[in-house]
Amino acid sequence: MEKILQMKGITKRFGNIVANDRIDFELDRGEIHGLLGENGAGKTTLMNILYGLYSPDEGEIYINGAKVDIKSPHDAIRLGISMVHQNFKLIQSHTVVENVALGLQDTKFFYPTRLIEKKIRDFSQKYNFKIDPTTPIWQLSAGEKQRVEIIKAFCREAKIFILDEPTTMLTPNETRELFRLLRLLREEGISIILITHKLDEVINVCDRVTVLRGGKKVDTVEINKVDKEELTRMMFGQDIDLKGRDQYIGNFREDVVLEVRDLTVLNDKGIVAVKDVSFDIHRGEIFGIAGVSGNGQRELIEAITGLRRVIKGSIKILGEDVTNMGVKEILNRRVAHIPEERMRVGIVPSMSLEENAILRSYDKSPFSKGLMLDYSIISDYAKELISEYKISALDEKVPAGTLSGGNIQKLILARELSTSPIIIIASHPTQGLDVRSIQQIHELLLRKKEEGCAILLVSEDLQELIDLSDRIAVMFNGSIKRIMDIDRVNIEEIGSLMVGV
Amino acid sequence: MAEKYKNTLLSILVIILGLLAMYLISGVRPDIILRSIVISAFGSVYGISETLTKSIPLILCGLGLSLSFRASVWNIGAEGQLLMGAVGATWVTLYLIPNAPRLILILTMFIVGAILGGIWALIPAILKVKFNLNEIIVSLMMNYIAIEFVNYLVYGPWKSPYEWGFPYSTKFPPSAQLPRIFDTRVHYPTLILSIVLAVILYIILNKSKLGYEIRVVGDNIEAARYAGLDIPKIVLIVLLLSGGLAGLAGVGEVAGIHHRLRVASGISPGYGYTAVIVAWLGRLNPILILLVSFLFGGLLVGGDAIQVSLGLPGATINFINGLILIFILVQGTSKMRISYVRKRRSE
Repeated sequence: MEKILQMKGITKRFGNIVANDRIDFELDRGEIHGLLGENGAGKTTLMNILYGLYSPDEGEIYINGAKVDIKSPHDAIRLGISMVHQNFKLIQSHTVVENVALGLQDTKFFYPTRLIEKKIRDFSQKYNFKIDPTTPIWQLSAGEKQRVEIIKAFCREAKIFILDEPTTMLTPNETRELFRLLRLLREEGISIILITHKLDEVINVCDRVTVLRGGKKVDTVEINKVDKEELTRMMFGQDIDLKGRDQYIGNFREDVVLEVRDLTVLNDKGIVAVKDVSFDIHRGEIFGIAGVSGNGQRELIEAITGLRRVIKGSIKILGEDVTNMGVKEILNRRVAHIPEERMRVGIVPSMSLEENAILRSYDKSPFSKGLMLDYSIISDYAKELISEYKISALDEKVPAGTLSGGNIQKLILARELSTSPIIIIASHPTQGLDVRSIQQIHELLLRKKEEGCAILLVSEDLQELIDLSDRIAVMFNGSIKRIMDIDRVNIEEIGSLMVGV
Repeated sequence: MAEKYKNTLLSILVIILGLLAMYLISGVRPDIILRSIVISAFGSVYGISETLTKSIPLILCGLGLSLSFRASVWNIGAEGQLLMGAVGATWVTLYLIPNAPRLILILTMFIVGAILGGIWALIPAILKVKFNLNEIIVSLMMNYIAIEFVNYLVYGPWKSPYEWGFPYSTKFPPSAQLPRIFDTRVHYPTLILSIVLAVILYIILNKSKLGYEIRVVGDNIEAARYAGLDIPKIVLIVLLLSGGLAGLAGVGEVAGIHHRLRVASGISPGYGYTAVIVAWLGRLNPILILLVSFLFGGLLVGGDAIQVSLGLPGATINFINGLILIFILVQGTSKMRISYVRKRRSE
């Protein structure tokens, strides 16, 4: 096989941390190559080096056997490398087509987007992606933004395609479609690097896989010569039990904690996003909401947490009407909220870990004394959270934005769960995290359930919903079609409800 | 690595070209101009006292602006807020309580000046919060209203009958004139006030509940919403304080230096605009702003001096100002780019 890309002895340090330690990586023409590892294993750093976002401290990169110096994404794109990022790199106020046009070589000076708009429409028709090229990005859900990123990369006609956790946002069907597309591209001689920590994906679609652990390369293996257990061992250095939990169903039928009736909410475009939704969540119950993102889940959660106006219907907490109350009033009724976009909403990246730890309780005792904040108490509190929730951070003074995705999520959970909530609203709590963080977060939620919390869990990960929920509702087009008890759940039925069949 | 120095080399090149152009136009060697500026601003007791005098309004306006910039509220109206402070002080002295005891008179001047400056900033704040109007444009436009209002007062209703027809208000009584250090123009009550306020502001920003809220709103407004912060209230408070600080600067100028209200350009040669630069170069840090204000005060003094000693036009100092800005901004952005890349490592 012809080698299209070679990375030799790549080393990248950030201060004292070695993010990549002498990593060798090779990519053949026309292969799908998995890059597997936990969060913080160095996958994204390695690919950012290839994409020109970082320059390596040591090591060389060869493309088609010729040594190259990739100083910026511009160079990378010129060399035929395209990247679909995990954290969307889109301009919020621009439309889909403008974002795709940005950075394309053949845009005209006048009406630069006209041609591309057609391209997008053709593309979305061909691959059955529902997207309106003239919508501004800020109005899109996380899943829709991901699609724009994918389209953007396709429009650049790249030879090497880097996908960073591309399926996080997609439904099983969309994932299958994406994989079919990747296989087609492989046949056309395009090489694909798939950054992931989902073993199933690797086994399903990849030809070879390179496993990273703690910034070092463990090995590169051909996919038909390994099995799941072996890959897990390579990723973690030990075996991890991937089995689900034993079912736990409490006697939650009596006390209703959260009552939602005929709830109707508009989205940012002023269109009805949630239509006459009704459900109850009881003490000690996890109520799961399945659905493809963009079907009203975000607006539903924003309405319950006080971020969005309710135009019809009611929300009650322990019998008290809280419809259209402010965020703080709802927060003060001990409602924890784990938001969907943790980087954009859940933390203030530039502020320290300790200041983020009190984001939703900074004005309460003991953190607040009169007009001042007591930073020695805050610091002790943050240290406690760090050890209790096993957040790996240098100390409590580091900017929260420097933590890895898993640790940011642990920080948010620590902050939200340590205030003894009675209701927990969790939106995609494990999206994009590694297996170990996912397990820790699942355990935390189950512990809170056993303590009697009522938990609303919105997720696109069916396995997660089935592992955790007592009842599951499917949201499609703003409505809840059916609420199912966990012992009567039928995957095929959920799947077809999710796509509106 | 070469990439890293490209900006620096480029900015040095621009500065050399700039100095060359200045030499060709003025006929005076740049090193003589620069030496003259430094010596006149920092080379004598008189120079330093003048530098201090001019840094006082820069400190107060710079502090106010830094507070609002920390909240990502873009107040460009310090000039107008300063002028309204000056109007407030004049009104208190000449019309409200001209015969009050000295301490009460001076305290009232500062309080009323701060309130008027604050109200001037509150107008863009309310328009922003209620009607989502852009505060940059409104606060900037408010400057022109304030300038014309001051000019109207000194040519019109407040014009003194004792000043030979000059556009001056009546001179303040001695009890309303701020004490100065010996025979310099350093009105030290305002200087002390500005230094104390810098320290207080530092504490507010970094240790108080309000400072915490300001930083959350300024750094991530989505997170502020999610945390349930009352964002409109914070915007109002921030602009009120911001304008109040600029108002204090206006009080200092009329009560400490001019002892009367005069045309706007006579009270402030653009302190409110220079303070925007001061606030940014001081990285919105109140303590650094003290230092940067002193340096910029020196530049203003030096600018006046080279007009007299070297016969250069007044715009020369703006020219030098621009060159310094180019240099610092280029350095600043390249630094920002590096820290941005660092921040992304954990993704």
